Amino acid sequence: MSDMNKPNEQANSTSGETLSLNDDRRVKTLSPGALVVKRFFRNRLAVLGLVILAIMFLFSFVGGMISPYREDEQFYTYTYMEKEYVGVTRNEDFRYVSAEGADFGSAAQAQFLMAQMMGKTEFDYKDVTYGVAEEGKDFYSVSVDGSVIAIAYKDIVNAADNKEEPAFNVKYEALKLYTNDGTGSFTADGMELSLDEDGNILQGEEVLGYISRFVVQSKENGVVIPRDFKESLEQVLDAEGTEFAYTGEDGEEHNYTITYDASTKIWSVMQETETYVYSQYEAPSAKHPLGTDTNGMDMLTRLMYGGRVSLIIGFIVVVIECLLGVILGGLSGYFGKWVDNLIMRIVDIFYCIPSMPLIIILGAAMDGMRVDPKLRMLYLMLILGILGWPGIARLVRGQILSLREQEFMTATEACGIRVSRRIFKHLIPNVVPQLIVTCTMQLGSVMLTEATLSFLGLGVKFPFASWGNIINDVKNSYVLTNYWFIWIPAGVCLSLAVLGFNFVGDGLRDAFDPRMKR
Amino acid sequence: MRTYIIKRILLSVLILFSVTLIIYAVLRCLPASYVESMAMQLATAPGAKPYEEWIAQLNASYGLDKGIIAGYFTWLGDFARGNFGDSWKFTVPVVEKFHDVVWLSFVMSAISFTLQILIAIPLGIIAATKQYSRTDYVITAGALLGISLPPFFFATLLKLVFAVNLQWFDVSGLVGRTYAQLDSWGQFMDKAHHLVLPIATLVITSIGPLMRYTRTNMLEVLNADYIRTARAKGLSEHTVVYKHAFRNTLVTLVTIIGGSLPGFFTGALITETLFSIPGIGFTSYQSMIIGDIPFTMFYMTFIAVLTLASNLLTDILYAVVDPRVRIA
Repeated sequence: MSDMNKPNEQANSTSGETLSLNDDRRVKTLSPGALVVKRFFRNRLAVLGLVILAIMFLFSFVGGMISPYREDEQFYTYTYMEKEYVGVTRNEDFRYVSAEGADFGSAAQAQFLMAQMMGKTEFDYKDVTYGVAEEGKDFYSVSVDGSVIAIAYKDIVNAADNKEEPAFNVKYEALKLYTNDGTGSFTADGMELSLDEDGNILQGEEVLGYISRFVVQSKENGVVIPRDFKESLEQVLDAEGTEFAYTGEDGEEHNYTITYDASTKIWSVMQETETYVYSQYEAPSAKHPLGTDTNGMDMLTRLMYGGRVSLIIGFIVVVIECLLGVILGGLSGYFGKWVDNLIMRIVDIFYCIPSMPLIIILGAAMDGMRVDPKLRMLYLMLILGILGWPGIARLVRGQILSLREQEFMTATEACGIRVSRRIFKHLIPNVVPQLIVTCTMQLGSVMLTEATLSFLGLGVKFPFASWGNIINDVKNSYVLTNYWFIWIPAGVCLSLAVLGFNFVGDGLRDAFDPRMKR
Repeated sequence: MRTYIIKRILLSVLILFSVTLIIYAVLRCLPASYVESMAMQLATAPGAKPYEEWIAQLNASYGLDKGIIAGYFTWLGDFARGNFGDSWKFTVPVVEKFHDVVWLSFVMSAISFTLQILIAIPLGIIAATKQYSRTDYVITAGALLGISLPPFFFATLLKLVFAVNLQWFDVSGLVGRTYAQLDSWGQFMDKAHHLVLPIATLVITSIGPLMRYTRTNMLEVLNADYIRTARAKGLSEHTVVYKHAFRNTLVTLVTIIGGSLPGFFTGALITETLFSIPGIGFTSYQSMIIGDIPFTMFYMTFIAVLTLASNLLTDILYAVVDPRVRIA
């Protein structure tokens, strides 16, 4: 004994601070946990994964709070949109007006049309001989016994705004002038009237009506097209122009473009109007760093909230899987015999169910039932959890089967510890390292499954965002090619988060299992 | 051995029974089914019977008027007799449709699986022999990246780069616009050209696990005593790695390859759907979302049977390649 102490004494004598060789303080002791941590942090990939995860969590959970916008806040913008304002057709059919008291029905009109086509000057109908006289271009008068009873014309005589329909004689006289390219004054029904170059019928300065070949129809309900608009439109049409500007009564000038559809013979006049719309697919700017999505919502904010949803769903699903897996796997492994047999057969059944098709079918079913989006998220988590536990149950069972044969378990039995305590206090903690590794990797794969479902439109639904359903927008190939900022950031976030979980899980596996080290 | 296999097969039948019952029950619980929409459509035809009569008639003809259990046993009886029914969506016998589309998926999976093996195993070996080197980090990170990439996102990226920007490939579909005018070689090349992007997606997104398995197994074997002995004998490093070590990892690889056999026939649902490749994955997806019970039942039962068969096969193979494994 004294011999053995000798070197220590020597050491102590040379330097008071030097510790003895077998002094515990010379040896740096680390708990198994600390060893795991040390090994974990030596793995560069694992640390990188941890950093990625930290950034993702900050982005999703803190980012959502900092962001100035709400998850479903929509942004609007003014845009110029071309709306069809009026449709214009050129009248190519005869219209008829008969004098007061005279009868010129549709059968007689048909007879007239035939006579006109054949160039006859009279026709017979019901024992009456009608005389046809061409009074001007596309303008005919029909007379019986020398007195005009009806006129047929293509240039339409309209009443001016807020005026009564012009009388027969007024129309007759005005058309007579108009169709012969004449202007000037005429008398009808004792009124002194005049016709100007634009086809307006004037009484003094007052406009009673106007003559035009064009029929202008408003495409919007309750909009009365003013006469001067029609007039300027007519001038443009005559000149075969395609654009014009018109200042309305409200003093606002609007631009109009005219398109002609040859098959229907209709001119469409499009009005450029300022419209208040969702600011859809707005390019990235200082206000919206990642632009806006199809509903005019801020993309960056959606991305943050989407991350929150994706991560929370991943966590809850893994917690459900763990609870079911640890309880059933633990029972199975500990009790063995018929309990084990029964639970393992259930596990076999779950393993055999094609999970992705089943989840898709259930998703389609929820679509059909129009489940509320919030409730749907809950169901989704339950379904994923219930389909995912068998893997964990198998892992736990396998571990417990080997652990329960070890001496410390015999010791717990000898000490008379309760069964539940034996399982959950002495067996399960020994399974935890393996469980943590599996759960970390599982988190990644659950997030992938959820994203895939949301991408197919069967997972998380609008108004909630998830990284998967943000990418769903690329189903529209225009978005795919033109709006990278809609789907690439979400895909990158998703891939990074899953990568983070996989790196960390891989690092943990290496750290917990030092046999893999050289 | 024989009693073990018989026991396993009997057990598989029992499992299959439960699995199909569960799937059938889920399918029958679907609301707004195909039948309802068809009845709605038929009832709107001029002079047609009212909706209620149509739906009763259709339900009877599709065997939906029975309860779930009775309906299941009718289905099971038909199934056992080899009568799988007609697909509602495709209006042809289920087997015919399945036969039409499954081989395309099979070819796709076979090609991508071969590529995976050819790429993953050498890389896994390299990573293991140079553990903790830069090469190892790159390969491990690459494998994990492959696992982490969502197939739908990766496929879309490939589309954007190679189909939209570079215009080397078509965005989707199996055949090009000029397919009908091509001779048989040209048609073959056209199809092959359209399969490049889908197969690339499949290979890259599913190569990770195989690579990691190879690496882990190699590491385990390289730490074994007999490898130290081989090195001590003065064998070249090449002989040690490829003759002594790699051959011993084949045991586990065989089981993995056996386990991925069902994948050859189940198709790649997401990839096929994204690229509109008319394989079994795309077809089954279409039938699933409209609730085509005969086709979906057939497809899911088929997968279940394949899974059970491959599990059994894997266990037997394991015993065959590794004499240490005894089957009890």
